Amino acid sequence: MQARKKYILVTFLASWLLLFLLGGDRLRRFAFFSRTKAGARRSWPRWADRSLLKSFGDPEEPQSHGDPPPPSPRARRAARLSAYKGSRCRMETCFDLGRCQRHGFKVFTYPRERGEPVSESYGKILASIERSRYYTPRPEEACLFVLGIDTLDRDRLSGHYVPDVDEKIRGFPLWNGGRNHLVFNLYSGTWPNYTEELGFDVGQAMLAKASFYAESFRPGFDVSIPLFPRDHPQRGGQRGWLRRGAVPPKKKYLLAFKGKRYLTGIGSSTRNALHHIHNGKDIVSLTTCKHGKDWEKHKDTRCDKDNVDYEKFDYQELLHNSTFCIVPRGRRLGSFRFLEALQAACIPVLLSDGWELPFSEVIDWSKAAVVGSERLLLQIPSAVRCIHPERVLAFQQQTQFLWDAYFSSVDKIVHTTLEIIKDRLLPHRSRSRFLWNAPPGGLLALPDFSTHVGDFPFYYLQHGSSPSDKFTALVRAVSPLSQPLLRLVQAVSKSQYCAQILVLWNCEKPPPPTEKWPQIVVPLTVIEGGRKLSDRFFPYAAIRTDAVLSLDEHSSLSTSEVDFAFVVWRSFPERIVGFPASSHFWDAEQQRWGYTSRWTNELSIVLTAAAFYHRYYHSLFTGFLPAGLRELAGGLAACEDILMNVLVAAVTKLPPIKVAQRKQHKEAVPQQVKGTAATSGRGFSQQQDCLNQVADWFGYMPLVSSRLRLDPVLFKDQVSVLRKKYRHLERP
Amino acid sequence: MCASAKYNTRGPALIPRMKTKHRIYYITLFSIVLLGLIATGMFQFWPHSIESSNDWTVEKRSVHDVPVVKLPADSPIPERGDLSCRMHTCFDVYRCGFNPKNKIKVYIYSLKKYVDEYGTSVSNTISREYNELLTAISDSEFYTDDVNRACLFVPSIDVLNQNTLRIKETAQALAQLSRWDRGTNHLLFNMLPGGPPDYNTALDVPRDRALLAGGGFSTWTYRQGYDVSIPVYSPLSGEVDLPERGPGPRRYFILSSQMALHPEYRSELEALQAENGESVLVLDKCTNLSDGVPAVRKRCHNNQIFDYPQVLQEATFCVVLRGARLGQAVLSDVLQAGCVPVIIADSYILPFSEVLDWKRASVVIPEEKMPEMYSILQSVPQRQIEEMQRQARWFWEAYFRSMKAIALATLQIINDRIYPYAAISYEEWNDPPAVKWSSVSNPLFLPLIPPQSQGFTAIVLTYDRVESLFRVITEVSKVPSLSKLLVVWNNQNKNPPEDSLWPKIRVPLKVVRTAENKLSNRFFPYDEIETEAVLAIDDDIIMLTSDELQFGYEVWREFPDRLVGYPGRLHLWDHEMNKWKYESEWTNEVSMVLTGAAFYHKYFNYLYTYKMPGDIKNWVDAHMNCEDIAMNFLVANVTGKSVIKVTPRKKFKCPECTAIDGLSLDQTHMVERSECINKFASVFGTMPLKVVEHRADPVLYKDDFPEKLKSFPNIGSL
Repeated sequence: MQARKKYILVTFLASWLLLFLLGGDRLRRFAFFSRTKAGARRSWPRWADRSLLKSFGDPEEPQSHGDPPPPSPRARRAARLSAYKGSRCRMETCFDLGRCQRHGFKVFTYPRERGEPVSESYGKILASIERSRYYTPRPEEACLFVLGIDTLDRDRLSGHYVPDVDEKIRGFPLWNGGRNHLVFNLYSGTWPNYTEELGFDVGQAMLAKASFYAESFRPGFDVSIPLFPRDHPQRGGQRGWLRRGAVPPKKKYLLAFKGKRYLTGIGSSTRNALHHIHNGKDIVSLTTCKHGKDWEKHKDTRCDKDNVDYEKFDYQELLHNSTFCIVPRGRRLGSFRFLEALQAACIPVLLSDGWELPFSEVIDWSKAAVVGSERLLLQIPSAVRCIHPERVLAFQQQTQFLWDAYFSSVDKIVHTTLEIIKDRLLPHRSRSRFLWNAPPGGLLALPDFSTHVGDFPFYYLQHGSSPSDKFTALVRAVSPLSQPLLRLVQAVSKSQYCAQILVLWNCEKPPPPTEKWPQIVVPLTVIEGGRKLSDRFFPYAAIRTDAVLSLDEHSSLSTSEVDFAFVVWRSFPERIVGFPASSHFWDAEQQRWGYTSRWTNELSIVLTAAAFYHRYYHSLFTGFLPAGLRELAGGLAACEDILMNVLVAAVTKLPPIKVAQRKQHKEAVPQQVKGTAATSGRGFSQQQDCLNQVADWFGYMPLVSSRLRLDPVLFKDQVSVLRKKYRHLERP
Repeated sequence: MCASAKYNTRGPALIPRMKTKHRIYYITLFSIVLLGLIATGMFQFWPHSIESSNDWTVEKRSVHDVPVVKLPADSPIPERGDLSCRMHTCFDVYRCGFNPKNKIKVYIYSLKKYVDEYGTSVSNTISREYNELLTAISDSEFYTDDVNRACLFVPSIDVLNQNTLRIKETAQALAQLSRWDRGTNHLLFNMLPGGPPDYNTALDVPRDRALLAGGGFSTWTYRQGYDVSIPVYSPLSGEVDLPERGPGPRRYFILSSQMALHPEYRSELEALQAENGESVLVLDKCTNLSDGVPAVRKRCHNNQIFDYPQVLQEATFCVVLRGARLGQAVLSDVLQAGCVPVIIADSYILPFSEVLDWKRASVVIPEEKMPEMYSILQSVPQRQIEEMQRQARWFWEAYFRSMKAIALATLQIINDRIYPYAAISYEEWNDPPAVKWSSVSNPLFLPLIPPQSQGFTAIVLTYDRVESLFRVITEVSKVPSLSKLLVVWNNQNKNPPEDSLWPKIRVPLKVVRTAENKLSNRFFPYDEIETEAVLAIDDDIIMLTSDELQFGYEVWREFPDRLVGYPGRLHLWDHEMNKWKYESEWTNEVSMVLTGAAFYHKYFNYLYTYKMPGDIKNWVDAHMNCEDIAMNFLVANVTGKSVIKVTPRKKFKCPECTAIDGLSLDQTHMVERSECINKFASVFGTMPLKVVEHRADPVLYKDDFPEKLKSFPNIGSL
């Protein structure tokens, strides 16, 4: 004990001695002289007469009378039109908004030239436009034009290079100096400098170009798109690779790169330096000199050793097992590895100075990537090490969201480009930056529905609000006034949450007069609808509550059931919450999707014959899906149910929710829902056709299965019925 | 190294076990040595930070006493501004270096008076606003007085208003600054660019590579990612105190208050007024004011006099039209009044547009669409208008109200470019405090259903009930999706049983010994947890069936960001006592689940251990109670979501245990638990728990269906 005390004392003294020797001098100076010495030259002086200083200027416009009057705004606009062309184009000067006014935002694609095949990628781009809801085959109603000539590859040394584009486009009567045209390009310039040169005069056309250099990018006019490979899927697209959210990120490597090193020419300086940060442990940065035919001519001392190391690692393995991936510039600014890293949830560390990032107009890349500087490569390891684990997790999730929302297929890339341009036409009806950067993303949040974040079903938490506490019941009636319908209207109207009842009258006979309807406490309105099944999802202006209770005339629900389901919906406003359910499955024998509404342990579809959902889905159904798909839904049994469920699942990536219902009702449902076609004897061939066609349009199967049902907390428990709030659910 | 990454990967198991007495000695000794070294280092290597922050010597000097510099007529003039400049081409990042604080260092040149060869001064020495701006920079943490350590240089030559200076001579003055070097890393502040008759949209003073923080850029002069667009400061911001006015309907729908409007605009506005009557008000300068009334503070319409800027608070939308220049000081007044600006100035780069989302606070209308303004504004949803009003006021408070706010926002933007990985997020820039407070950003925001194959890790916290523990292990190991079992041995005085005594199970079983008997050990993010899903289970929970547990896991997969548990509990507001009350009766509602057996994401272990607000973690450890309530609070607060209670299970007590705790014990228990809720609610500053009326059951639960065909036939009872 004594020894320890002594030891402590000595250390104590030693440390103070050390302090005094090293810092004592400063300490003394600080203590005694700082007041007098430092003051005069340190911070910005407090001037004695600072309150007497004059203001920098008259806040109002200087309107001295001697000056000539300022130019007329109209004249200024006219002058601007002629002055800002070509490389100084902006929407105000080079785009004719007038073309978009009558027919809205419509896109026309030129017919493809005979004998001039387009590349696979360009074929996909054109197909995406033609699949989109903005496509028009008539040039006179078009607002935006897309060339039929393949302009993707403008590298003169490339096999896909199309010569004499200038002459061809000048021959097009619609070209008009490029006004209202959109030109796609993936590769510009050629060896050795890879400039932004396209080899023809774009004129006033907008450029949707990969590897955009910030300096030649015309802000608010051009669109920067990602470089995508030839085999990028047309639609749907692969999912991201993130399967788990781990904190701290448990990956083998912190930072990885594996790629070519250019020995000469543009882009070589960045890639030549990459080997410096390789530490063989958690940072793997590998380069090879092998590229091109004559690499050995330029070979340097590192090459051989590097080439050996290079072969030791697999690129895919690094992608999977690294937290950060270096995405340096290649010859051009963008590279395939950007999208590859994004998909792999490997956070891109960009080393590509001056690259206008893909869709930078709307995407906040600071949430998904580390934008490094080529000049500060050596700081990258310490910089990424300092990023908090929570932030890494957020980054990883954001890469997955962005990949899935905007990049995973050519359709998404092209549609995002179109939506960005469309948003510019009506700035006051465009998406805010928030909508673009929070799931489900800009393509699925339609500004035509609302520009207010709180009006959408998926932003309540971020917005700090909650859905309205009433619902609108929308009953679809196809036969003359029947007893079940009257009972249903009465039961629903008794719900304390019911705001109004709308009857969509889809019957040949005229709707009955007001006095025939039951006397109820909430307003009842009859809307005379068309005959189509998909009419039930039209965004009727009369629906003002956030929640819609969609009903068929045959559905039989009690007030308790409605109340409980609505309370559940308020917890899950982005999903469909309802009663009768069915499910999809992969039929391996027939190699197609199967559908069943038999009782199973899983469900993925909640029938809209009795379901709550957000009114936004009416707008999305009508505004997002192309007319062809909606017509399909009208023709096949239960197809509008399937389509609605698929659409909501595509938005939420989550299953619908089934809630408790009285038992005898459930048994009756399968027969009642869709008349005879759905009886079990004949299988569900129409539903299956529908399901497969819808999945084909989406390019994947969005439906997600759930194994649970939500019941009231005391449901069927052996406690007194009097305790239970929803006791009517218990009745046998 | 970064101070942030102090995440301890090993956990309490590795803390050396020492007797408390000795440890105190060691800790004291250690901290003294450490303190000594730190202090030495500070004085030795960081003299400036300490001295300059303490330097409050008041300088009693006049701005007119500063040194005079004579500029020869042939002194060099910088190149005109280079439109192609970007950060990576014209900015020298090497000057900024890497530092753990991620803050750039800004140097201010000392004030001088510049005169030409004939002794005529080049400009006004310094304006009040520019002096305020430099003072703000000097007081900020960006400031350095060491020119060699600076990353950014701010000249004291005042170029806020181009009309008060001589262009060529000012440029010459800039060029002779000691570190000018073609303007590299120099930042100029200008609010009123251009002059008659053309009114260029950027400062005309040749400035070579210098960055320009300018008010009134157009898209053609603004170098995106290089320049910073700033507001035109309105002196009324400092003079007039307009209390914030709550959102809601206001008297006028559209108001125009600018005086120097071009006649063409004015006639268009008046046409709008004629069309829409009272709801549109177009004001003009007053012509018949009595003497002594400042003209800037009054506006008139048909001889009716209005107070300015107070009248702005009477309008929902306020028009901000371009004048000769694009940037208008009225924008600041409009924002201050919480009026939604309607910006009609084609090609104008809005202030701080690099970071501020103006769509949330303003409506931008192309000049050509002015006649349609009324209908465009009518289409804005009412709720959105209210938010825009709040947002407008917030923008003013945060970024417009003073020269200081403008200066700091500008520096922060440049700072964010240089240290992008430490940049301030969109939400921090844009969300008003009220929104930051009420909104929730779920850290697990990606809708992702984890693959079933991943399974879950069960964590059993145990002290010495070995027999019961072994039963729990045996029971839990029957659950198909269990992938690992972790026993947290919380007893320091007793060793865990030998390896051979443990039950043999099909998955790996690991025992972690802890340094102290703390409840929080249950929620430590052990490295051994390799799955996302964690099942926390007490060492006496043996009544849960395998189906029940497996189903619980399946439910968690569908709600991976929530607590999924069995018995539910509720918090209630006790109106008599005016505080929260814990409720364990079998109610129709739940707001918490017990963590005696609950599934949750491993991430919440990380949060519980490292990010628990206030002293809750230690408080729980000291009181040996309520760790489950704390976890419920934490998860609900960070996700904004409710718990999921699964299956009818209402209690954990086995029938034979109920006899043990009597009624009185139960009551003290309830009081303690209620206290916990009140304590946590006060630390969190809110009540994050969400009350719901549902629980999750298997799809076919209690349905009339053959039991053997059900996935989870054996769901236990109450």
